[in-house]
This record gives sequence, structure tokens and C-alpha cells, in this order.
Amino acid sequence: MNEPVKTTSASADGRHSPVNDFVIKIATVNGTGSASANSLLMKALFRMGIPVTGKNLFPSNIQGLPTWYEIRASRHGYNARTGRVNVMVAMNAQTYDKDLAEVSPGGYLIYDSTWPRKWATDGQDTRADIHIIGIPLAKLANENFKPARVRILMKNIAYVGALCALMNIDRDVVKGLLEETFADKPKLIESNFKAISLGYDHAREHFECPLPVRAEPMTGTEGQILIEGNDAAALGCLYAGATVGAWYPITPSTSLMDAFEIYCRKFRRDDSNGENRYCIIQAEDELAAAGMVIGANWAGARAFTPTSGPGISLMSEFIGFAYYTEIPAVFFDIQRVGPSTGMPTRTQQCDILAAAYASHGDTRHPLLLPADPTECFEFAVAAFDFAERLQTPVFVLSDLDIGMNDWMVPELTWNDEFRPDRGKVLNATQLEQLDKFYRFVDSDGDGIPYRTLPGSHPKGAYFVRGSGHNQFGGYTEDGEEYQQVVDRLLVKWETAGKLVPEARRVDCDQRTSIGVIAYGSSHGAVVEALDRLKDDGIHANYLRLRAFPFGDEVQAFLDDHETVFVVEQNRDGQMRSLLLLETRVSQEKLVSVLHYNGMPIPSDAVTRSIETHVRREAVA
Amino acid sequence: MTWIDKPKVKWAGQKSNELGLTLRDYEGGLSTLCAGCGHDSVTAAIVQAFWDLAIRPEQVIKLSGIGCSSKTPAYFLSGAHGLNSVHGRMPSVATGALAANRDLIAVGISGDGDSLSIGFGQFAHAVRRNLNVLYLIENNGVYGLTKGQFSASSDPGSKAKKGEENRAQAIDPVASAITLGGSFAARSFSGDKEQLVPLIKAGLAHPGCAVIDIISPCVTFNDHEGSTKSYAWTRAHREAANLADLVPPAKAIEASYADGQTLPIKLHDGSVIELTKLDPDYDPTDRARALQYLESHRAARQIVTGLLYIDSEQPTLNDIAGTAKKPLTEFEFDELNPGSAALAELQKHMK
Repeated sequence: MNEPVKTTSASADGRHSPVNDFVIKIATVNGTGSASANSLLMKALFRMGIPVTGKNLFPSNIQGLPTWYEIRASRHGYNARTGRVNVMVAMNAQTYDKDLAEVSPGGYLIYDSTWPRKWATDGQDTRADIHIIGIPLAKLANENFKPARVRILMKNIAYVGALCALMNIDRDVVKGLLEETFADKPKLIESNFKAISLGYDHAREHFECPLPVRAEPMTGTEGQILIEGNDAAALGCLYAGATVGAWYPITPSTSLMDAFEIYCRKFRRDDSNGENRYCIIQAEDELAAAGMVIGANWAGARAFTPTSGPGISLMSEFIGFAYYTEIPAVFFDIQRVGPSTGMPTRTQQCDILAAAYASHGDTRHPLLLPADPTECFEFAVAAFDFAERLQTPVFVLSDLDIGMNDWMVPELTWNDEFRPDRGKVLNATQLEQLDKFYRFVDSDGDGIPYRTLPGSHPKGAYFVRGSGHNQFGGYTEDGEEYQQVVDRLLVKWETAGKLVPEARRVDCDQRTSIGVIAYGSSHGAVVEALDRLKDDGIHANYLRLRAFPFGDEVQAFLDDHETVFVVEQNRDGQMRSLLLLETRVSQEKLVSVLHYNGMPIPSDAVTRSIETHVRREAVA
Repeated sequence: MTWIDKPKVKWAGQKSNELGLTLRDYEGGLSTLCAGCGHDSVTAAIVQAFWDLAIRPEQVIKLSGIGCSSKTPAYFLSGAHGLNSVHGRMPSVATGALAANRDLIAVGISGDGDSLSIGFGQFAHAVRRNLNVLYLIENNGVYGLTKGQFSASSDPGSKAKKGEENRAQAIDPVASAITLGGSFAARSFSGDKEQLVPLIKAGLAHPGCAVIDIISPCVTFNDHEGSTKSYAWTRAHREAANLADLVPPAKAIEASYADGQTLPIKLHDGSVIELTKLDPDYDPTDRARALQYLESHRAARQIVTGLLYIDSEQPTLNDIAGTAKKPLTEFEFDELNPGSAALAELQKHMK
């Protein structure tokens, strides 16, 4: 879990110090190599021991459109966006006005002063409440590098150099990173470091360095890693023993399968004969991807598909089929902004209801709700166990923010004693001893029948059908026989409730009637908001949902509070709706706190919403 | 209960195959299709082919989509796992199953609605991936279960039962399979067991996607005067380019093909598909000529049957993916999980 790393440097009176507590936002044009400059910057802060997270706010485009990267450094270990910008690096003339307006009062704007601009010369639209720093980045790059492509790349590296000087970021750490990155290309180390020095020296000569907003070495990153959720989920699939992956490329899930393939090549290819202990199939569409996953699981492999909202829509018929025919399957839904194509490179938590009830007829599916890459890893492993134990589709609902951004989390660990739970599968020996095998008989009373795998034993043969079937596996149109099976599926649903990860409750140290519920990528913002509310005298208990179906602890939390804020990133309060449907809570008790513009939820907005509501209620 | 187990009756003198199994052991539940349905003849041909080849039923998976044809896997090989998937999606389920366990022998049963309309995409991609499946299309030119709508294989000019004439073009699964890069494309007729059973056996032996389009008349909705998928029309207009036979490895060694009348297609397992040429000019290994042959006969409203195209050298899905020879389902967890030390090592690059 990514609980805030509290460090000794955070004394009570020093809470507002900008040292190791700031947001740098870099506005660039995509396709100009700014991604490497930004990750260099972020990793340098990390290596200095400062907790960091990076949010890539990118367009659905390959080259030429505005893109931003936000780095949050927090000595307290907060990892959400705040809604504030302390240092803006405005490298994109297209978005300059907007970027200028976004700088928080007292903050800094760094721009490329190679060309005099209207706002810089007439002072008309220059903000008086912030500091503006011009550095001729393009000029420095043009004078020292060619050809044109290199100049563009080096201009971006140069702003990292300027920030090193201005914000006291360790240049030796940056150099070390360059040496690692370009270990086999020494020339690139030299040129990149030259660009760093150009920006660095210019800043040192022309400005008083460092600024009050700055970095100082600390020890807040020991035992931590920087990782994207999709990367962690791919590792989870690898470690869970998944052998078949079927997918159709879709942002923001693609990097999950890319990572899985890289890891499989590394760990599952037999060098002596080139044989792969995995099979990845790029399907013709998401319908086929779902069918392949179901077919592979039916045949006894652990199989999964990564997708996003539109894919879930396309897979829905198959999802209902797997539910009713009781075939395990693991679906990763890396949520993005909908409806329809929506904004594919922006984040939301908007497939909650679509996934929970995916398909026609009476269907309900377990959802796992990771809040960070650590849980992407752990829940990926767990998802395969749950799917096989429960013989049903299981969803891991991540999102673009978790999946594609750089998160700082404790190093992932693995217990070598772990053995997967393959669920109730009868092998050839067990079948041999059976008089007759019936596929859908609930002999254990937990709603979960026994299954057999193709190829094992003639006695295990049965016919999977999405049409009406009785507990023996035979076709039926008899109402009672039909009902017996779907009622048993409800018993299985009860079992699922006992199996999935429980919600995590954190009570404040005071009696309160206020509760807050959140899940997934909203977690970080809520943790920080609760601290700020506490500073302002508002105390609230917190419940982080980690799965559906909800356990008893969710009902207890709802019962324990008069007002429960449900914080989530969609327009319609989907989790609020799910709570209303699946618990005994009353409408009046649940207050939605919503954020759905596609940017990861900022903690300031959560604080504000809850505070406003509480104050208003207090007056009333 | 509304399904019926077919009683397995044993009597003296029943013939057994190499495994000691009788034809009855390859049967399934009782068919609920209309009396005289072509599909039941196909089912009988499948039973015969599997019995002849002495394949263990539990090695087989039988899959289908939705429609009359897709019901039929319940009527054969009751000792095999069956899966009746969603409409038009049999190929994807078969793909996943074979990726997981490449040792399974997969039979996919589909129809013209299932494979040429709703599932045309999945059909195409199973063919181009060369999925190792026997892909039977029981083609009757009509939607039976929904009572008589034209399907995508209805020929222009063919008439519905109530007289309405189809004017849209027909999709030919054989020509489609060839143009999609298929490795095995054949056509037969449910009423011609002599031709069909050996073709099924050849398809089972073929390493790759063996598509057999089987004209299988619908006695209820498409067997009238004016239909081009009726028994009478098919009998009158079919023309066999060749007759296939599968010769097992042991016998194949002794065979001689000097007469020029027989074309042997050698398979990797040592068996041979023998094609007896009925049309001396026909070469089923020449893709362009196969298409030309199909087209000229289509123009003449003739139904070409036989093994119309074969390329036994094409890599299959598992060959392309480099999947291990041993089924993925048989690897132990330790062979799949890199362990804690590897995880720690990996993460050194994440700091």
C-alpha cells in the first residue's frame, strides 16, 4: 500500500515550506523528446530521496499537440495532484496563456526567452503575483547543437539543466542517470550533459539560485521504486502463471500487454530451442480477445485480456456467456474517459457499473479496485486465483492515471512459497473414481461446482452451453431447472463476497459522524484532503473500497456515519449508485464528490468540496 | 429434463476400431433437428471419420457458435468436451483453447449465418492465423432457427420459400478461405458421404485451418423449387474436381502414384492425402488457378466440390507464436514463475 511516507523534516510549523514540497508542470509539444527530459527530472528528485509522482497529461496524438507533465514532490509522501502549480516550464507557445494563468500565486514561470514575445515586452498580460524567468533555451541549443532534430531534443534537456540550478537538483545525480540511460552510447552522455550544463550555467549566471522552491536531499525513497500500474499488472500476470494473453490494442491498456510480452521473453523463453512458455495473440477485435481468453481458461490455462471501456462494451456478450457457463477469465479494464471514444488519453473511473453488471440478463461480476501499482501487481495475481476459484470472469479496474503514470511505491515483493489456487478441477484420477460427472452440481454448498479440463478423461466430458442448462449440464427449457442454476450462482456470489479483498478503514482520532469512501486512483487525493480537513477542524473516517461484492465492513461503515462522501472520477457517481443498489444505505446519506474532466483528481478539489458541504450543513 | 441421452446399445458383431471402440462410442445425444436435415448426415460423417481414424474422444474438443449447425456438436463424440459459444465466435474460443493446449484436436462446427455474416471476421482471422482446427461450415443458405431469412451464402436469383428472390451477392466460403491465405479449402455435400468422410479425415490430418464448406440443405426452409441450396439443385449442379483420401503413414510408404491420376499431398506426420483427379487439369496447390476454376464454375451455376486448395507447409498459429511443443497447460508453476530473486533484480532499474 502506498501510505504517505512521513518524514522527520516535516515539522508542524514547517508544513508550508516549499522545500521538497512542490509541483513542477512542464508544458511542451508532444513528439519533441520532452518525455525523456521529464523522466530524467523526476528520477533525479527520486534519487535525491524525495518522494515524487509524475503525471503525464498527454493528447491522443503522436506529434505536434500540447502535452504536459506534472511532477509532484512531497516530503510528506503525498502522491496526488494538488491543483496547484509552483513552477511552470512553459515551452509551448500554443498554450502559453493558459499555462501562465495556471501558476499559483507566488509561483514561478520559466519560459524560453530566445524570442521576445508580446507579453514579455509590453508586460500587458504578465502576472504581477508570480515570478517570471526567461532562459534562451532554443538559442543555447541552436548555438551548440545540430541538426534540427537534436536541437529540439537538447532544448528540452537544457530546461532540466536550468531547473537543476534554480531548484537545487543535484547535477551529479542527473549525470549518473544519463550514464545509465546511454551506457552503450557515450556520445549521447556527453551531448546530453552539455545541454544540462548550458541551462544550468545560464540560470546560475542570471538568477539567484536556488529559489525558495527547491529540492534538498532527504531519505524518503528508500525501499521505493518508480513504476507504472500497467507494468506492475503485467508482472502480476507473469507471477500468477498466466500463459495466454489475448488483446486488441487500445489506449490506455496497451502498455500492459507490451510489458507482459517483454517479461515473457525474458523469463519464459527457452533459449535452447526458442520455445515460448506463453502465447500472446493480437486479436482482430475485443470480441475475439474475450473469446480467446474464455477458450484458453476453459482448456485450463490462466488467460487474460487488457482493455478499456470500449473493449468492455464489445466483450459484454462473451462476459455474460462466461458468467453463465462458469468459465474463469481475467479482464483488466484500464479506464479512460467515455462515453464512446471519449478522450482516450485522459483518465476516469467510469466503467464501474458497466463492469459490475456487464452483459445481458442477470449478471454480476467481482471487481478488484487497485489504488496504485502495488495493488495492480497484487490484485493481478489475486484475480487469477479468484477467477479459477469462483469459475467466473473477474475484473481488475485500473485506470489511465494508475496504469500509465509513474508512481512511487514500495518495492514489490514475492513469496516463493505461493502456490496458485486453481480452484475445483477434477483430474483424471479423480474422474476415474467417479461414477458419473455432473458439471453444475453444488456438492460443497458454496455455490461452486467442479469442473474438468478438455483432454483429461472421457468421463469428464460435458457440453458448455450459453443456452438454458440444468445442474447436470444438460440443455433445458424447464423453468425450475433453469432457476435452480441461476439461484446457485447467487450462492456463489455470496462466496465471492467472502473471498475478495476487504475494504480498508482508517478512523480519525476523534468521534465523527462524517465518513468518506473512495477507491482506486482517487485514494491519494483523499488521503491528503483528509489531512487538510483535519487541519481545518473537520474530522472524518475513511473507507477505501478494494473490491466488489462489498463485504460486511462496507455496510458497517455506512451504518456508522450520518454523512458519507463518495469521492470518484465520473459524472454520475457510479460507485454511489452501486452502493445504493448493493447495500442498505439510504440515498440521503451518500454525498457525491465528483471530478471528471479527465485530469487525475486534485486533492484541493476534494478538500474544498467536502469542506463546503460540511460548513453549509453546519449553518443549516 | 428436456434433453435426451442417446442410449448406447451394444450388440454382437459391432465392429471395433484400433482402440476397441465402436461407432456408437463416437455418437452423442439425439438430434433435435428436423427429420431429413442435412446437418444430421454431416454428424454421421463426422462420427464415421473419427471412428475410422481411431481418435480418442477425450483428445477432441468440439466447438460451435449459434444456429442449427451449431447445435450439432451435442450429437457426436459424447466423450469429448464441447462448447457451444456465442453467435459467430466459435473461432476465437477455439483459438484460445488451442493456444492453451495445442495437443487438443479441435473441430469447429459453424453455419453460413454463423461464419459468413455475424462471424465473418472471426472466420477470416482463424483462416489467416491458420488455426489448427477442422472448420466445418454446414451451409444451407438460410436462417433456419429464425425461420427462413436469406443468409450471406444465398445465391443471387435463389428464391425463398414464399417466392421472394435474393438479389444480393453470395459469399463463397471456399473462395474466401483461399483469398484469405487459407491452407485448406474444400467443399462437399451432406448427401455425399463417400466424398465427405475422406475429406473430413484429410481435414483432421491437415496441420492448420481446414475449411470444409458442406452444402447441407434445410428441409424446412430452403429445399423448394427455385432454391439453389436444395437437395435437388445441389445434386443436379455439383461437380467434383477430385476425390480425397487419407492414407496413414504406414501405408503411405508403399503407395505409388505413377499413373498421374492421383496427386499425393504429403503431411508432416508421414500420412498422405491422396487426391484422385476427376478433372485432369485441376491443381489444388495453385491458388490463382483454384480461384479461377471456382469463378468459372460459379458463373455456370455449378457447385464445385472436392479438396480445392491445400498448402500443408503453412505455419500454424502455434508455430507463428512460437508456443512450446508441450501444451502450456502442462507446465508447472515453477516453470512459469520467475521467483522473488528475479523480481528484486528487475526492480533495480526502477530506482
